[in-house]
Amino acid sequence: MSTPTGAGPIPPPTETPADELAVASSVPESQGRLIWRRFVGNKVAVVSVIILLLIILFSFSAIGLGPIPGWWKYGYKALNPQENGGNPTLSVLPQFLGGNGISLGEHPFGQDRIGKDYFAMTMRGIQNSALVMVVLGLIATVVGVFVGAIAGYYRGTVDAVLMRITDVFIVIPALVIGSVVGHWFGSLGAPVLAIMLGFFSWMGIARLVRGEFLSLREREFVEAARVAGASDMRIIFKHILPNAMGVVIVSATLIMASAILLETALSYLGYGIRSPDVSLGLLISSNQSAFQTRPWLFWWPGAFIVSLALLVNFVGDGLRDAFDPRHRRFKLSKMRETRPEPELEDRP
Amino acid sequence: MVSFVLRRILVSILILVAASFLMYVMVGYSAQPLQDLQGSNSPNKQQLINARVALLNLDVPPPLRWVLWIGGVAKCAIPFANACDLGSTISNARVIDILPNALAATVQLVTLALVLAILLGVTIGIITALRQYSGLDNTVTFISFFLYSLPAFLVAVLLKEFIAIGFNDFLRDPVIGSVALVAIGLVVGAIWQSLLGGDGRRRLVVFLVSGLATSGVLLLMSATGWFMHPGLGAIPVVVLVAAIALGAATLLAGLRNRRALITAGINAVIALVAYFTLQHLFDVSSAGTLIILALATAAVGLLSGFLAGGYDRGQNMRVGIVTALLSGAVVLLDRFMQSWGALLIATNGRPIATVGSKTPGLSGDVWLTGLDTFAHLTLPTISLLLISFAGYTRYSRAGMLEVLSLDYIRTARAKGLPERTVIVRHAFRNMLIPLTTLVAFDVGALLGGAIITEKVFAIPGMGSLFNAGLDRGDLNPVMGYFLIVAVMAITFNFLADMAYAGLDPRVRIR
Repeated sequence: MSTPTGAGPIPPPTETPADELAVASSVPESQGRLIWRRFVGNKVAVVSVIILLLIILFSFSAIGLGPIPGWWKYGYKALNPQENGGNPTLSVLPQFLGGNGISLGEHPFGQDRIGKDYFAMTMRGIQNSALVMVVLGLIATVVGVFVGAIAGYYRGTVDAVLMRITDVFIVIPALVIGSVVGHWFGSLGAPVLAIMLGFFSWMGIARLVRGEFLSLREREFVEAARVAGASDMRIIFKHILPNAMGVVIVSATLIMASAILLETALSYLGYGIRSPDVSLGLLISSNQSAFQTRPWLFWWPGAFIVSLALLVNFVGDGLRDAFDPRHRRFKLSKMRETRPEPELEDRP
Repeated sequence: MVSFVLRRILVSILILVAASFLMYVMVGYSAQPLQDLQGSNSPNKQQLINARVALLNLDVPPPLRWVLWIGGVAKCAIPFANACDLGSTISNARVIDILPNALAATVQLVTLALVLAILLGVTIGIITALRQYSGLDNTVTFISFFLYSLPAFLVAVLLKEFIAIGFNDFLRDPVIGSVALVAIGLVVGAIWQSLLGGDGRRRLVVFLVSGLATSGVLLLMSATGWFMHPGLGAIPVVVLVAAIALGAATLLAGLRNRRALITAGINAVIALVAYFTLQHLFDVSSAGTLIILALATAAVGLLSGFLAGGYDRGQNMRVGIVTALLSGAVVLLDRFMQSWGALLIATNGRPIATVGSKTPGLSGDVWLTGLDTFAHLTLPTISLLLISFAGYTRYSRAGMLEVLSLDYIRTARAKGLPERTVIVRHAFRNMLIPLTTLVAFDVGALLGGAIITEKVFAIPGMGSLFNAGLDRGDLNPVMGYFLIVAVMAITFNFLADMAYAGLDPRVRIR
């Protein structure tokens, strides 16, 4: 990637995209730095990461976590007297434009029918979504990487058996297996639900990692490591896996995006997080009949589900571009260099 | 080849058996089928519990009960014996009896959504690929990201609250305000100019013509009370059919191809003749008649293309069948619209339903019931479609861009073929090959997604069977659902692999 081009002035960094800069610069860079630069050069992805972290941080700081209190005065379970007919008191229009100034008011997101503070409930929903996203993503990734790595490295019978097991899991649509798992474990709280769902979401990543390992295990550096006497486990985890990290990280991000949608969908169906705990999907499901009278009960959770999933998808897309510039926006005139090799299978 | 197919089928069956065991045991251990009885205070409570335990073999632990269940399922493999036994529900109905109706409702929903998603997604994907990095492309890219991130239940609830209720409210006083007219005109104009592209002048002309035409037609519709008594009438039918004939000939063969134009013309004339002469037959038609008519239309289209001859008969036949079917659809649409008034009366002026799959107690001819089904299925179909639509757009855009970069496309351009031929006949076909895999995956996803859509719209399909079963701890209907979904997923995957091997000569089956 970073072929030294010898003489020639280095172009000013503000005018060239990150990957072209890398080609033009004469200093060899490590793969990690290149990827980092490409990712940072993608404004959408960077902004998405920042907003995503801010939202999650905001939700945790607002109502705290477990025994630790947050800065917001109401809890998500407490019943409060109805004020202002339960209408949201949030105002963002400054006074000189005819609004009430920027203030949160008593119940910024309004109150639900029995007087619970909707701001606190929405924040709790975001916490749970974030928790499920991270835990499910981590477990699915770890299991998937392990299965895929073993199958791809050892090939033969081990591969056949592991891949048939993967097929067994993959036959059942995610929402169906999720419903069954949620029906069973949903009442035990969000962390347990996330862990259990994670054990049923690893199939896609396992297939991808296996494919990656099948091609990487034939490379010379693996041969070198084997000649040097490295054990199988060392080759798998120290030599091959770091080279397959791109696939792993990108698909882990995409799993996280679908985890948010899965959790909210399950909670909507009643198989996810149960009352009195709060999930964004559960909020929509329990308030959809009040849509005509109290539409804000519907809008806040809906907006946050979409923004969380959208932000994670943007991050995933940015990561994909950073790890695999081939996927990156390519121009028709440049296609000769960038086009992928056609997949030739079983040539006679 | 044969050994590959046989081996593949055998492996599929084993996977199915293993997956059913997993599912059965999980649902079996999580289910509490006796919960409602244990909570009841009827005097013969114990008797009822015993009866249910005996009915569902609840005294047998789930892994062993699975053996009993799979034994019943295995009987389905005996041909013509009708010995299928999928167990019974809690209320002692046989699952095999309730499955077909539920399956029909879901298949109706999923098929329509799948077909529309493929058609729309692929079309838009190709157009955005041809206009890479234009405003249109970036907008579509953002929209598909947005759709990826939109949960199905949110779409469904929003459609229900806004489109259904909004449209029904609109029908109470169907007059479009002037602001809305201008806004719709601007939006439609903007969409058309970005779709057709070209230089600034052409874009401006397209924008003005399409925008003004849309606003004008809507104004006319609104002023004449069209929404209460819709119908196309003779002149619009003639115009539409002519446009379809021209469009099909242009797109598939190019306007300079005389024989293709003749084929399209013949089919358009036949469609118009049918429109004016068949109205009486339509009045007494049943669904069967319509199917026969559709087959006849397709046959006429193919035959006329064949007879038009020329050196490329296949192309003429394609033009013929596309023109024939689309013009036939216009004629049918006109006839369906004539039943709109009856539907308005039957539904108290609120035709777009938010619940169920048909208006209860509605009886009438095939046109009225058909229109009623459309009115019920529109919103669920849209909400299912929007999600897989995004996938098809992305994949077909990427596929088209990749194909366009290949050498044979450059060869095609270099030998002087018009761009239309390069895209439609060279690039398009090869772009479709990788989509077969996506379709196979999508069938499973749509069937799963139907769980949510059916819940929101209260459609009595497979999804609601699954939901109700899981809620009540009723194992057998859940397994019946699973069986259908898994068999479909495996079948479609298998078909996709076979199709892939058939379409792409680089892939060999051993």
